[in-house]
Amino acid sequence: MSKDIRIKKGLNINLVGAAEKTTSKAVLSNVYALKLDDFHGITPKMLVKKGAEVKAGEALFYNKNIEDMLFVSPVSGELIEIERGARRRILTLKILADKTQKQIEHSVSDLNTVTAKEIKASLLQSGCWPFIKQRPYDVIADPNTTPKSIFISGHNTAPLAADYNYVLQGKEKELQAAISALTKLTPGKVHVSVSAGGSSPLSGLNGIELHKVSGPHPAGLVGTQINKIDPINKGELVWTIAPQDLVIMGEYLLTGKFNAERTIALVGSSVKAPKYYKTKIGTEVATFLYGSGVHGENFRVINGDVLTGSKSSQDGFLGFYNNTVSAIPEGDDYDFFGWNKPIFNKISATRALTFSWLTPKKKFDLNTNTNGEHRAFVLTGQFEKVFPLDIYPMQLLKACMYKDLDEMEQLGLYEVAPEDFALTEFVDVSKQPHQQIIREGLDLLQKEIG
Amino acid sequence: MGLKGKLHEIKQKYKGKKMAPAFNAIHTFLFTPDETTHSGSHVRAADDLKRTMNTVIMALVPVLVFSIFNAGYQHYSALNGFPEQFSLMEHFLTWKNAWIGIIKILPLLAVSYGVGLLVEFIFAVIKGHEVEEGYLVTGILVPLIVPIDTPLWMLAVAVIFGVVIGKEVFGGTGMNILNPALTIRAFLFFAYPTWMSGDKVWVYEARERSEAILAGATNIDAISGETVLGYLAQNKGAEMAAKYDVWDMFYGFIPGSVGETPTLLILLGGLFLIFSKIASWRIMLSAVLGSLVMGLIFNQVVDMGWITETSKFYGLMSFEFWQHLLVGGLAFGIVYMATDPVTGSQTNRGKWIYGFLIGFLSVMIRVFNPAYPEGVFLAILLMNVFAPTIDHYVLRGNVKRRMKRLQNAVIHPKDTDGKAAELQAETV
Repeated sequence: MSKDIRIKKGLNINLVGAAEKTTSKAVLSNVYALKLDDFHGITPKMLVKKGAEVKAGEALFYNKNIEDMLFVSPVSGELIEIERGARRRILTLKILADKTQKQIEHSVSDLNTVTAKEIKASLLQSGCWPFIKQRPYDVIADPNTTPKSIFISGHNTAPLAADYNYVLQGKEKELQAAISALTKLTPGKVHVSVSAGGSSPLSGLNGIELHKVSGPHPAGLVGTQINKIDPINKGELVWTIAPQDLVIMGEYLLTGKFNAERTIALVGSSVKAPKYYKTKIGTEVATFLYGSGVHGENFRVINGDVLTGSKSSQDGFLGFYNNTVSAIPEGDDYDFFGWNKPIFNKISATRALTFSWLTPKKKFDLNTNTNGEHRAFVLTGQFEKVFPLDIYPMQLLKACMYKDLDEMEQLGLYEVAPEDFALTEFVDVSKQPHQQIIREGLDLLQKEIG
Repeated sequence: MGLKGKLHEIKQKYKGKKMAPAFNAIHTFLFTPDETTHSGSHVRAADDLKRTMNTVIMALVPVLVFSIFNAGYQHYSALNGFPEQFSLMEHFLTWKNAWIGIIKILPLLAVSYGVGLLVEFIFAVIKGHEVEEGYLVTGILVPLIVPIDTPLWMLAVAVIFGVVIGKEVFGGTGMNILNPALTIRAFLFFAYPTWMSGDKVWVYEARERSEAILAGATNIDAISGETVLGYLAQNKGAEMAAKYDVWDMFYGFIPGSVGETPTLLILLGGLFLIFSKIASWRIMLSAVLGSLVMGLIFNQVVDMGWITETSKFYGLMSFEFWQHLLVGGLAFGIVYMATDPVTGSQTNRGKWIYGFLIGFLSVMIRVFNPAYPEGVFLAILLMNVFAPTIDHYVLRGNVKRRMKRLQNAVIHPKDTDGKAAELQAETV
């Protein structure tokens, strides 16, 4: 079997505002924040009180169900706010950063001799563990389990996403350290995929199974790669981790320090000069957003790419897992006869008086308008054209909607994460919330079957 | 402030009120809403359900325009005989012809849309959901698949039945099992059969005049408008051939339901729908194949001499297999009704089977049911019922593949006590 993957079904969404390949240092943020929504399914138990002084890398809270799993502060400073929502659920932790940073240092173990158990314990106490996600369910991995394989996608095909080949430059040492540790956590392989063109710092690493990926989005999604290389069956576990998080994990393994620094791409048509910034997890978006300049005021800031990111705001914070921040215009305006006039300036997967098929190379300036109202599923065969997995997308979505656990299992819910349904959501003429449907389906399946 | 601002104010005022869906239906017709994405993908593709339905309507407009002229053309040709030297401008595209269409077909269209949308609005207001676009296509399909002299009250009753029983009881657009337009057609056929078949319903005034003559009137000529299939069902193939040639059938200058005759325009509409990626080419192609295969089988039966010219099936069975696509509602049904995504098969593989059987059964019913030689709507309704079954077995194929893979699953036991430090794979 060929190790390379070619995807034919899919859709590249070409947008205005790709990041120029220059990196600036973002202004230092005063306040850093951890958003609990980033850690899906985690019930936090606080370890420090409001007003406490913490060091960078010091634990703020732990996972109620797995007490060893610590979540740490990206910087040293004072915990100034614990923002709570309904039923006192913690939403955000805010830390006022010190002028001079103090860092917790852990002992460094020799990666050649260390055992799997020691690596797990070390990653858990350092705060690096939450970077490891598991499928099924798309949640933080359970350290008491063993995955059949680990997948890392070094090829980002999402619209305007940060280019891994660029942001990982010079990080080979850290990446290798993290990979060496991960190989001990699975008896299977560590699959790393890179883009077929271009040179990736990931491709020279030892201990990996390298795959070259080509084709339109979602070729770069780890879910697509798992489905093509080694699909998940009921009962099996696969872990995934994003390359930018490997860097933080690798640096920790080499130095004993949790360094929350990361290079992110600031992109989108509302940004005047989209480019890369060196900054830290939890930093204020404003510290780099205005450095590049923005167009107008009515735009949306998104943590992540425009397909899968979470809605943030101009006074929001960089998410725990994100290496892209997008800013695109809000589309909160009416469009006169928007449903029947010819459309040239928006992307469409059909040719129903929409003309994006004439200009496949054109970069579009899309806004957040839904371009229509929410309806029941009507059209068929549209999702399959952008969905390369061996799964019937509409039937799986419907199974999730009517909560039939057997069907959800049989139609392949174990193999997918919400992000795999971002493109079907994009092309859906009925404007159904696919990612939310899949997320709720996964939560239900996990609760009922575990 | 303008229209946009005013409508926005009204929308805010009526938000959550009982009549909001009715207002929103009109509002969203004028303006695509100012709604932005809340969850999931922050950007969305340009097309919505309204645009989708509108594309189908655009593909139907040429057929509608043709049918308006054909109504008059058939009427005057039945009175005066078909022109010797046919000229499109002189004999077909005339005001005289159009007038018949305008007074007969536009009222059918108005009743279809008026009554259908009224029912939709009522249901939307009662159930508190938005008015959905499904009826936009149904509304134009209905007048095109009924005989021209269908009384308006009859159509209104059928539309109410079709929309309520065919669609709304299942939950509205997207939830129905049977194609609503065909449900309406089937209701008409079974409730008022004398108005729906025979040789007196396809041409304007044919029925009226024959009734008057029966009543004793002597000052008017009787007109008849037998369809091609009607002739064939009575084994009057020669008579039919003398009246219509293949090109008449292809262009649509023949009697029939209002809009089913112009095969050329239907073909162009079908190609447009395939090109715009709205309708499934799989269903269309496989339905054409299915009808050709059945037609070939019947032709073969005749060639083998298994039936003789005296058989009541001879006329239809000996009809050239590919000409089945040119007459009756077969082409219209394949392009505009079999491809209904809600009631059709929803998987790509299922669409092949579904389409093929529609074509196959249409020709079969057409031949074996000489009393009413039109099987398309029955075939499509039948396959609507079986579409979920077809999809079920297609999905089973996918599930089976997954189950087979499961036998080689690598499942590691959970390391709850932290003692199983060595990694041992267990094959289940």
